[in-house]
Amino acid sequence: MSAAFELAAARETEAGSMDRFARLLDDLLFSPSRLTKLRLMKEYFAEAPDPDRGYALAALTGGLDFRFAKPATIRQLVESRIDAALFAWSYDYVGDLAETAALIWPGTAVANAPAPRLSAIVAALDGATRADVARLLAMWFDQLEPTGRWALIKLITGGLRVGVSARLAKTALAEMGGIDVAEVEELWHGLTPPYTDLFAWLEGRGPKPTVDHAGIFRPIMLAHALDEAELATMAPGDFRAEWKWDGIRVQLVARHGRRRIYSRTGDEISGSFPDVVQALDFDAVLDGELLVRRGDDVAPFNDLQQRLNRKLVNDKMLEAYPAFVRLYDILFEGEEDLRMLPFDERRARLESFYARHIAGTNLAARFDVSPMIPFSDWDMLREIRAGADVRASEGVMLKRADSPYVAGRPKGLWFKWKRVAATIDAVLMYAQRGHGKRSSFYSDFTFGCWREAPDGGRELVPVGKAYFGFTDAELAQLDRWVRAHTTERFGPVRAVEPRLVCELAFDGVQRSTRHKSGLALRFPRIHRIRWDKPAKEADRIETLAAMIPD
Amino acid sequence: MTAIRTAPRPEDWVRLTPQGLYVEPADIHIDPLRGVPRAVITHGHADHARAGHGAVLATAETLAIMDARYGTAHTSVRQPVAYGEVVDINGVRLYLLPAGHILGSAQVVLEWRGQRIVVSGDYKRRRDPTCSPFVVQPCDVFVTEATFGLPVFRHPPDQAEIGRLLHSVRLFPERCHVVGVYALGKCQRVIALLREAGYDQAIYLHGALTSLCDLYRRLGIALGELHPVAGISKEALRGAIVLAPPSAVADRWSRRLPDPVVAVASGWMRIKQRAKQQGVELPLVISDHADWDELTRTIDEVAASEIWVTHGQEEALVHYASRRGIRARALALVGYEDVDPE
Ligand SMILES: [Zn+2]
Ligand SMILES: [Zn+2]
Repeated sequence: MSAAFELAAARETEAGSMDRFARLLDDLLFSPSRLTKLRLMKEYFAEAPDPDRGYALAALTGGLDFRFAKPATIRQLVESRIDAALFAWSYDYVGDLAETAALIWPGTAVANAPAPRLSAIVAALDGATRADVARLLAMWFDQLEPTGRWALIKLITGGLRVGVSARLAKTALAEMGGIDVAEVEELWHGLTPPYTDLFAWLEGRGPKPTVDHAGIFRPIMLAHALDEAELATMAPGDFRAEWKWDGIRVQLVARHGRRRIYSRTGDEISGSFPDVVQALDFDAVLDGELLVRRGDDVAPFNDLQQRLNRKLVNDKMLEAYPAFVRLYDILFEGEEDLRMLPFDERRARLESFYARHIAGTNLAARFDVSPMIPFSDWDMLREIRAGADVRASEGVMLKRADSPYVAGRPKGLWFKWKRVAATIDAVLMYAQRGHGKRSSFYSDFTFGCWREAPDGGRELVPVGKAYFGFTDAELAQLDRWVRAHTTERFGPVRAVEPRLVCELAFDGVQRSTRHKSGLALRFPRIHRIRWDKPAKEADRIETLAAMIPD
Repeated sequence: MTAIRTAPRPEDWVRLTPQGLYVEPADIHIDPLRGVPRAVITHGHADHARAGHGAVLATAETLAIMDARYGTAHTSVRQPVAYGEVVDINGVRLYLLPAGHILGSAQVVLEWRGQRIVVSGDYKRRRDPTCSPFVVQPCDVFVTEATFGLPVFRHPPDQAEIGRLLHSVRLFPERCHVVGVYALGKCQRVIALLREAGYDQAIYLHGALTSLCDLYRRLGIALGELHPVAGISKEALRGAIVLAPPSAVADRWSRRLPDPVVAVASGWMRIKQRAKQQGVELPLVISDHADWDELTRTIDEVAASEIWVTHGQEEALVHYASRRGIRARALALVGYEDVDPE
């Protein structure tokens, strides 16, 4: 037996080491059940010390956006140590770059070089240059076991998928502290890694962390897509209806002089909308749809696009594309938390709040209240919905009259009844140079939807190509984005990072043996570019499959 | 100047026939794929040890395993030889050395006209409480397997893998752990490793595993308390370890067990995709075959000028040997299972 093996066997895995965290990730990857995953996480959080477990928690909840290295960096690093032919055969056999690199890296972890702690890795990567990263990785690879290397590569290339949602990780915390997960959610956006105070509280060693409630984002409430068959079981009198406006969902936070606009994922977008921020001259937390006004009408989504993703907004933009928020709900008025009130009561509070603080003042140019749609039965609502202005609304929302405001996507309370079924959110995968006058732009786009990958995670499969549906200005933006996010090139085609979501409109779905996904969209076009939407929220292939006519 | 003795070319006296590797001056086949008059068998795995040969030369343990599997009528002449015992067959000196693969497994050493060829069969280099360790025999031609002949296959220490199994047993005391193991070799090794790790509870066996465990015990390998799983109540199996053939663990069979954690002990478990596809919850990387480091180290240590690769992932190993100035070629033997008993 070689000495290296014996030493490796003798080495205890330190609870705070990257190897221990990697083992958790590996175990989670293979665990089919929710309960098992919860127990594995609880065990880890109980065992691992601060601050390592806090960074682990951040990694599990998507709060550690590492992305320090591209797959090409890893490949280069490995090829500096390994014969290229051996690497090629191995990669071909294993099929996953991170796993191949982790397994093939020469040398076994040895006892005299302790595995790096997770917190040490986070600290070293913070502020590291590209050149530093390659050097650090080589050092850590030498110190880690194969599973540790695998997890590290997945972390730094942004490809960590072990089948754990942020919600599940928070549930493990809640169970650890014997509290309700809602309490964790409530604090969450006010806390930052490594969450030392949170763990101290959960373990009964410290007080409940006080977060600066004044400016924090409150997790928002989302709706389920309505399955029309369910209408039969739903009493029209139990529900309220309103339009689902075609803008972006926001949360307005105006407390104690702090003013913030958050997207639905909790990202602050105040900087792009100074006109709205300036008008947050009250003390409340409101939920609504950010829109752009054109005359008395809501402008097409395109106009809002002009305002998104701009760090600096000039006066001309502000004038040409004036933003406003159509209010849906009220979460706080002053110190009073209204979220547990039934929808009907909150709605009355919203209207009263609007009447007292906004109506008749100069703030009214920036806010209005989304009107309710009166209806007596589902057929009537179906007709109203069909006759709606195509450009402004995507359909109607149904909200139970007695629904409290619950974070996440609770079952049975809110439903979205989309007007056009034939749109889907897909992720940009490849871009190809166009022809003729568009030949200098990447203008032919291949989009994909998610499906379960053989490794239990998920993967994108192409569902169609779209060449139009965008303005010239948007084409230029897309082109820039493609160039900045290319991962690989094959001739005129570039593969891009799977991060940009577009809403595709199409005329139908067909089975197709030519496509890997087994289906093809008819006449797909880009309906709009969802710069705001996280790629993981794009649609799954099953959604499309359900649209294939029998 | 001394007289120049013309050494034979290795392929002049050991070559491939449709039956397998043939040693012409001795008129014997090694691990033949179908019935031959005279066979030398390296070890008892079914793809190496087949029934129907006229005469069989092997270790006593391998012969006992063949008898247990095929009944004593599988051959009419058995010639048991001890490790290191030299047999002369028509001028060919032949002896067996431990291969470290499973109980009774052997390398076949052949010497003829000043040339030595070693046919390793299946082998591994790490310690195994159920069999004798591999012996390095320098030679002119080394015939090696390459089941895990890619540098991604580097098996972790088996004690660490057993540790992971025992950790899981502690973490999920209300569940049963069912471990998929090949019936011959892996099963007994996993049991022996569990015993070494201090696990002294009864271990439960699928019916297909009991006879070979009994045989191992008769051949002197201690395995502790074993029970057939049949007839044991579901309740009694909570917190227990059950061993079963890999085909049974992900199958209907394991539904009789209380909320089983499905584990499989195999070198293939190194590849996550492969483990996931089989529905394995706890992949244990425990292999009876040499990993990449063991294969390459063995090639270096036997110092052969020529390497023949029998079966497995040949191309990478041939490439490795060639880069070190060793003549290497793949025999491309067909008939040994693509996925060797592991
Ligand atoms: Zn074998
Ligand atoms: Zn074999």
